[in-house]
Amino acid sequence: MDVTNVEQATIAEEAGAVAVMALERVPADIRKQGGVARMSDPAMILEIKKAVSIPVMAKARIGHFVEAQILESLKIDYIDESEVLTPADEESHIDKTKFSIPFVCGCRNLGEALRRIAEGAAMIRTKGEAGTGNVVEAVRHIRTVNREIRQLVGMPVEEVTGYAKANGMPYELALQVRALERLPVVNFAAGGIATPADAALMMQLGCDGIFVGSGIFKSNNPALRARAIVKATAYYNDPAKVLEASMGLGEAMPGLEIAEIPPGQLLAGRGW
Amino acid sequence: MIGVLNLQGGVVEHLDHLERLGIPCIPVKDPADFCRLSGLIIPGGESTCMSRLMRIFGIEEVILREFKRGMKIWGTCAGTILLAKSIVGEPTYLGLIDIEIERNSFGSQLDSFVSEACIPQVAPHLLPLTFIRAPKITRAGEGVNVLLRMEDYIAAAESPDVLVTVFHPELTGCVAFHRYFAKKCGFDPLDQKSIPAIDPAWNSKSWTRQTRITRS
Repeated sequence: MDVTNVEQATIAEEAGAVAVMALERVPADIRKQGGVARMSDPAMILEIKKAVSIPVMAKARIGHFVEAQILESLKIDYIDESEVLTPADEESHIDKTKFSIPFVCGCRNLGEALRRIAEGAAMIRTKGEAGTGNVVEAVRHIRTVNREIRQLVGMPVEEVTGYAKANGMPYELALQVRALERLPVVNFAAGGIATPADAALMMQLGCDGIFVGSGIFKSNNPALRARAIVKATAYYNDPAKVLEASMGLGEAMPGLEIAEIPPGQLLAGRGW
Repeated sequence: MIGVLNLQGGVVEHLDHLERLGIPCIPVKDPADFCRLSGLIIPGGESTCMSRLMRIFGIEEVILREFKRGMKIWGTCAGTILLAKSIVGEPTYLGLIDIEIERNSFGSQLDSFVSEACIPQVAPHLLPLTFIRAPKITRAGEGVNVLLRMEDYIAAAESPDVLVTVFHPELTGCVAFHRYFAKKCGFDPLDQKSIPAIDPAWNSKSWTRQTRITRS
């Protein structure tokens, strides 16, 4: 769960979050306020790290390997090389193999996921469209990844070369996915999850876990909503329990229609 | 049947190891799943998350009830925290084995490490050990048998009904601990000849396959 201060981090931990993402601004505010979004102040991240016992993640800009070095020196648990921040490099992502700290990176399709894994990402998430409270892009991204995995699994091996080339997939990793019938790493849902039902939807579509960014602390009862999303994630395939989790939560964060966002302000297109 | 508590954490890794040993196993998260289990594994993950869900969905009382009936329990990492009778600075959860435990005792993810040790009761050869944001067992009470002591802490211990390991045997190719627990539950797992404890051909199903963890 994205948190911006100690109080929110404690709420997230109490609710059963498995990790917190320490940020100065949640994606919805970054979107609203504009300007260059950078790594958060390490002092603020450190305060959150002191307040909770669950893992703490923080975001570095795409390609900004020095921000990543700082976060690694800070000894947080994981780094998100994130399109939510303004990219620092429009050609190259961070060489994550140089780090001991595990990275998570966003993807819109299997090729993008495998390129990040080739660069050393230990975890993958969908990009979705962060800060919108609209799950449609995250659904598109997980469906695309799943479809491409099914295509790989179903094709004779001699077709993998051309398929991998056309879709920008490192060949060896494409073969690995074909053998495993899934990504070789965990795959989270991120970008627009705002309700317990959204979380359960992404889990039923095959994600291994959920990132909730603005969805919790932009709603009108964060503690209740955080607990509900945790419940729905754990019991995603039990409609009665997801129903229970969905009752009486108050208002969700206000959502944004993707078509109404000016193309220059879409975050998912960042990264290569 | 051995169940793996499926609320959060390293579930598929444990199931994978049990399957390799030919042990019938299922992921469990609804109260009805627990009756008739001979053994339960509480996997690694986040103990705060698992404990919350256990309470909300009444799993805690089901585990306590089935434990009384005779179900054996093995906790790895976070599972050990949930089973401990005493947790430094925190209230306890299930409290089923008389040990004291300290959470996150090594530091952050970056302080995770792999090592190896010999535990004669478990296997006659060196066992690979993976510690991830691990806790330390700081004290073992009466009736608790220490299986592995390292430097200033205890890494594995057992009572007649509970096994605890602060490291993750399910994240290595080694099935020795799963074989040991299966026997504790009354199963007859495939032996060393058919499934070697350390299988070089094993292909990790775990998220940690791409994670760089340093050697201690």
